[in-house]
Amino acid sequence: MVSSAEALVKDANQTLKLDVRDLSIYYGDTPALENVTLDVREHEIFGIIGPANAGKTSFLKTLNRMDMFTSNMKVQGDIHFNGFDIQKTRNIYALRSRIGVVFPLPVGLPLTIYENVALSPRLSGIRNKADLDVIVERCLTRAALWDEVKDRLDSLGSLLSGGQQQRLTIARALSQEPDVLMLDEFSIAVDPVTTMRIEDVLKELKSEMTIILVTNLVQQARRLADRTAFFLEGKCVEIGDTEDLFTGNAKEQSTIDYIEGKFG
Amino acid sequence: MFEISELNKRNRKTQKLFQILFMMMTLLLITPVLIILGTLIYKGGSIISVDFLFTHPTDGMTAGGIFPALFGTVWIVAVALLASVPIGVAAAIYLSEYAPDNWLTRIINLAIINLAGVPSIVHALFGVGAFVIFFKFGTSILAASLTLAIMTLPVVIVASRESLQAVPKAFREACWNMGATRWQTIRRVVLPNAVSGILTGVILEVSRTTGETAPIMFTGAAFFLPFLPQSVFDQTMALSLHLFVVSTQVPGVPEELPYGVALVLIAMVLLMNSISIAFRMYLRGKKKW
Ligand SMILES: Nc1ncnc2c1ncn2[C@@H]1O[C@H](COP(=O)(O)OP(=O)(O)O)[C@@H](O)[C@H]1O
Ligand SMILES: [Mg+2]
Repeated sequence: MVSSAEALVKDANQTLKLDVRDLSIYYGDTPALENVTLDVREHEIFGIIGPANAGKTSFLKTLNRMDMFTSNMKVQGDIHFNGFDIQKTRNIYALRSRIGVVFPLPVGLPLTIYENVALSPRLSGIRNKADLDVIVERCLTRAALWDEVKDRLDSLGSLLSGGQQQRLTIARALSQEPDVLMLDEFSIAVDPVTTMRIEDVLKELKSEMTIILVTNLVQQARRLADRTAFFLEGKCVEIGDTEDLFTGNAKEQSTIDYIEGKFG
Repeated sequence: MFEISELNKRNRKTQKLFQILFMMMTLLLITPVLIILGTLIYKGGSIISVDFLFTHPTDGMTAGGIFPALFGTVWIVAVALLASVPIGVAAAIYLSEYAPDNWLTRIINLAIINLAGVPSIVHALFGVGAFVIFFKFGTSILAASLTLAIMTLPVVIVASRESLQAVPKAFREACWNMGATRWQTIRRVVLPNAVSGILTGVILEVSRTTGETAPIMFTGAAFFLPFLPQSVFDQTMALSLHLFVVSTQVPGVPEELPYGVALVLIAMVLLMNSISIAFRMYLRGKKKW
């Protein structure tokens, strides 16, 4: 039997998508991020801002165990995803399929547009063409790309324009039916119009999933994020409601200076 | 603004000079090939006929056709390919996609490079010891093909590994991030995009295998046989050895016969190469990033 106190704790945890405790990341012996403690709540857009080399990308990499692909990358601390310790879970494939990732530079796989989006459902065992058709159309529509590509689903995804490829990447991430969508500076190689379209998409997706948005544009965090964390030189300087941070109520001077564009 | 200065003129002259220089080097390079082909066609072309290709040699190999040799070469090459391509590609996939970067992997890579440098006569003697004697295949197509397969494995491995490595890492990471296993990633994304490069390795192998003489003459190719081989455990005649025999070992061979044999040998290599190249171009046209 679970005691009522434990049940309460468990309930409180369930609204937490991600619970990160004392996370430190090293490349060899050089720290990239130290002692970060934060949580990401269900159905929020959690923004992360900070200058280059602050450790933002490294942080994202640890959340779905991408650190395994970098031989000298070491991770310390605890990360719980939906209450599960991701360092202990054997089934990293299941973990990764719950988390959609969008990189700074869009990666259109050298497959057709259709297959780019159908790949993940196929990997999880869906073979029926009609089912795949439905998924492909739904994901491309939600990524605001369907109208532009619906007549050429069989042409190569890697030959689309940068902005289209980034939306294709988002459609592909959505095809995983993820719990969490992580975006790392998605607008770097994307034109302003497409950026705004993707931002609208993200606002809508919030009702269905949790979004972690790393961005080099502070105004983008202001437009989208419910809460924002400020990373600087391997430290998480401050976490707060986005509104507070941007209305001059940040606790740390460096946060205020960064948001006001005094450095970057 | 656009008038031509002295400097412009000089630059253009230099550029022209180098272009011509490089073109002459290229012409120089293909001259011997053209001379060889021309000589073969000139001296041996007259003997080529359907009969020449499809009948047995007669009169102590001084007349008749080359069918047993042609047949044997096709068999030896086919069996060698069957053995070396799956093993070579599997090894390349392991080395490129799975192997951790440690001392063992580095030693294996070094061994592969060195294997490519071993003279073919050494491979021949290894083939005798290993396949003819130890595995008791006798002098046979199987022993000859396996010897050739081992000899050409490094080429297949290196070419395949390089074409796997040419597939950008970002594609793999994107797949892994979706929860794909390594094998799913290889099968769906990496291999389909490496096929054209892997074929290059196979082309090279086919060319080498077809013309090799030393590795097969002790392991499976015969001087003369009145019958065609019935299975891979029989000996066979082969074009390359037949060429050696009729040009140096048998008295009274008419001059055009060896030239004809050489022409057929080269034509075979060219034919197989063109088929593979055409296939490769077809695949290239389809896949792009
Ligand atoms: N593969 C790597 N090997 C060594 N150091 C790295 C590697 N990747 C990132 N770093 C270092 O880690 C620090 C944080 O990098 P990163 O997480 O990419 O920051 P950000 O995304 O905020 O720009 C930087 O100092 C960077 O040089
Ligand atoms: Mg980054």
